[in-house]
Amino acid sequence: MSSQRASTPDESVREISRAVRDGERSAESVTRAYLDRIDALDDRVGSFLTVDRDGAVEYARKLDRRREAGATLGPLAGVPVAVKDNLCTNGLRTTCASRLLESFVPPYDATVVSRLRDADAVVIGKTNLDEFAMGSSTENSGFQPTRNPWDLERVPGGSSGGSAAAVAAGFAPAALGSDTGGSIRQPAALCGVVGLKPTYGRVSRYGLVAFASSLDQVGPITYDVDDAALLFSVIAGPDPHDDTTAAPTATNGSESSPDADRSDLHGLRIGIPREYFPDSLPEDVSLPVRAAIDRLRGAGADVREVTLPHTNVAIATYYVLANSEASSNLARFDAVRYGRRIEHDSDSLAMMAKSRSAGLGPEVQRRIMLGTFALSAGYYDAYYGKALAVRDRLRADFESAFDDVDALVAPTSPLVAFPLGSKVSDPVSMYLCDILTASANLAGIPALSVPCRDAHPLPVGLQILGPRFSEERLFRIGRAHEELSAAPLPRSPIAMASAEGDAS
Amino acid sequence: MSASDWEAVVGVEVHLQLATESKMFCGCPVRFGAPPNTLVCPVCLALPGALPVPNALAIRHAIRVALALGCSIHRESRFDRKNYFYPDLPKGYQISQFDRPFGYDGALELPSTSAFAGHRIRIRRVHLEEDTGKLIHDADPRQSVVDLNRAGTPLVEIVTEPDLRDADEVYDYLRELHLTLSYLGVSDCDLEKGSMRCEPNVSVRRRGATELGTKTEVKNLNSFRHVRDAMRYEVTRQIELIESGGSVVQETRSWNPETGRTAAMRAKEEAHDYRYFPEPDIAPITTSEAELDAIRSELGESPAARRARYLETLGLPSEHADVFLHDPAMAALFDATVAEGADAKAVAPWIVGDLQRERNERAERNASTDVLAIAPASLARLLALVADGTLSTALAREVLTAVLDSGESPDRIVEERDLAQISSADALTPAIEAAIEANPRAVEDIRAGNDKAIGALVGHVMRTTKGKANPALVNQSLRERILGA
Ligand SMILES: [Zn+2]
Repeated sequence: MSSQRASTPDESVREISRAVRDGERSAESVTRAYLDRIDALDDRVGSFLTVDRDGAVEYARKLDRRREAGATLGPLAGVPVAVKDNLCTNGLRTTCASRLLESFVPPYDATVVSRLRDADAVVIGKTNLDEFAMGSSTENSGFQPTRNPWDLERVPGGSSGGSAAAVAAGFAPAALGSDTGGSIRQPAALCGVVGLKPTYGRVSRYGLVAFASSLDQVGPITYDVDDAALLFSVIAGPDPHDDTTAAPTATNGSESSPDADRSDLHGLRIGIPREYFPDSLPEDVSLPVRAAIDRLRGAGADVREVTLPHTNVAIATYYVLANSEASSNLARFDAVRYGRRIEHDSDSLAMMAKSRSAGLGPEVQRRIMLGTFALSAGYYDAYYGKALAVRDRLRADFESAFDDVDALVAPTSPLVAFPLGSKVSDPVSMYLCDILTASANLAGIPALSVPCRDAHPLPVGLQILGPRFSEERLFRIGRAHEELSAAPLPRSPIAMASAEGDAS
Repeated sequence: MSASDWEAVVGVEVHLQLATESKMFCGCPVRFGAPPNTLVCPVCLALPGALPVPNALAIRHAIRVALALGCSIHRESRFDRKNYFYPDLPKGYQISQFDRPFGYDGALELPSTSAFAGHRIRIRRVHLEEDTGKLIHDADPRQSVVDLNRAGTPLVEIVTEPDLRDADEVYDYLRELHLTLSYLGVSDCDLEKGSMRCEPNVSVRRRGATELGTKTEVKNLNSFRHVRDAMRYEVTRQIELIESGGSVVQETRSWNPETGRTAAMRAKEEAHDYRYFPEPDIAPITTSEAELDAIRSELGESPAARRARYLETLGLPSEHADVFLHDPAMAALFDATVAEGADAKAVAPWIVGDLQRERNERAERNASTDVLAIAPASLARLLALVADGTLSTALAREVLTAVLDSGESPDRIVEERDLAQISSADALTPAIEAAIEANPRAVEDIRAGNDKAIGALVGHVMRTTKGKANPALVNQSLRERILGA
């Protein structure tokens, strides 16, 4: 085996790819080090549904051979990446955490996955999620719950809980998630890592198993903002396979160059949306977020209060639209061409109904029924039609806020990680986890969640939102937030544990 | 009450498969007759995560159809999802168009040759959608199987208002529609292959009534004659049903051409709620005025305009005009020959008669010559040679065959074969003298007033000149010589 130094979970994507490109480390040794950690520790966390041990090592070896033959490797050279299991991976099982797709093996890569591979990343495995990304705790998985690496009795958030937990546990330096109403940002916040929900259309959805097509976006989950920016630069960009992808039409404001003082925010106007700080916001969330805002002000940002008046109807709007689209998107899972089939004598429609009833979990069935109802004749105008109209109002809220400020800052989640099982019997309280995140999806704007380093004992996310295509500005503010924090980047207890098993 | 107290009310939906290289939302080829499930990809198989990308040429074709049918065009159009479960529908929804179709509010006028000439059949909408796959029930005794080669083939749907009142009117509408669509070159419009499908819906009401009766929809119609027969049957069936105290059930019925009857397929009462909503995977499609102008400029002459030009402007008899209307290649040759200066009424019978005969003969012997590829200038020249008396009609036919076989110009063939008519009296003199000398009896008869006897003399001259003599001139010269007139 390799005599080179094994990876430790402290390493960033940038360090790993530089070391592999320069030949200091082999891609294989990096990959094996992370696989060893997964093998030793993931039975405590449950972040992976499929670990592609052989495929990952083989791919890493190919990278090493290419480098030895003189090739210059790409920007993610030898970087193990965990991929949410609702992104298609050619030849590697993709289940969406649904029993119905238990043995579905796609014959193609999602565009984001092929862009990772083109950048010489190593897909290490597929991470757990709420079935078809429907949920905020990863407890709705058809296979297993995922636990929060900071406290194994608590949820990691969801639906990209497996990806966020994998990064927080040091099982991969980076992961891909998908965000429909907060599914990247909320688990990133609850697991103390960085998560980006890009501008709608900035990243291809081709090969992302659709939950709600007009809201879904794929984005990175990483330790820090620079890594998130690097992954984003690899996966973003128009895709001929996705008609809704778009290139930025104009740069949104002037962004500082990388070598400028990273913590200088003079000239930047930051809005604090009043509605995102309700009286009910618990202090363990509000205090670290307010402290972070004070530091941004201290660094020269012009911080002022703004209002987003339709915030109170965002969550209802979100659930009408998301479930309506989901009811249609999930119709293809009829067990005719793939998926687990329950045979039925009478006719094919009965076979479809039986297979769907048996293969889809209760939360998925609940949402399909809600969405079917909202689209049905006689109810369309009252539900779906009205939700579309409210969505326009929400967009207008953000547009007028961005007339006055360059970005908005708020908490990502109204709650820190909650105990496993504490919300599963109450879907509505679970739905309220998205209350601070769903608006960004409805408006199609980018939003970044960055850990507040002084939050204790559980992580809290600071959410930064900007106008469409303003990802670079969000990264700039996120970096400043990191620089301004006195505390070092915190690590979860699982991440501190070694693969030899000295964690307790 | 008699049947004449009733009137039929018919609307027609036509589905037209577009002849694009690739499918509506993926790159798979559109082809008929390939082995099952070989023309498929993640998109048309509706694999998880696959997304549709609209075919720009199909959109252009749909707009052409809409413009050709006089429709207004939505400057911003969009696709919608029509949701229902069926094994031949891979996504569990069909991507179609709901309230922003490409075309709306058009009309097609029935032609002057129809018994319903001048009737304007209003077109409610022209929209684009994707075809389903095909269920195959007889491949496996235990279960049905599905072939998704056809899934995702672009279809244009053309929907009329319920403006048709008679089975023959429906027939004439469909014929004119077929002609109009076939001019656009967007589809092969083949009913038997299913690339053009007609689904009429029919109801009856008492003459003078304004509200509509309960309608039935009829399927399985793969010729226009079937449509007409099915409409006749269905109208009679409905009238008899109502007159005998029954009532029409809203349902889909299937036409059986063997029995000449329709039979219920499925009741519409349990009609699907299709839960249409805007397709979120496809951005709205905007069509600029400039793009519309460009598409308009590609449309070419419509059958209606061509019919008017042939019948009214050029004064062709309707049987010739009709052949040209339905045979674009012949029409093209006709137009090009007229453009070379030929007289329209003179050239039409040559193309419809002589060239068509040559075409048939060659087809019989499997000759590869395309007779319609004759240079229009050659055909025009041939007609000019007839007009100026250089060639008799009979010789002109011989020259035509030679032109087709050799590709040489008519002048060259006339010269090579020495076929020019002898049209000068002096050149004919020796033959005239010889005929008179050889037929003294006939000469006497003529002088005695028996005019018919001149035939024998003309025949003699034609034989000696190998048919090249101008018969009129021969006649005239003989009379002058014999009668001194
Ligand atoms: Zn295809």
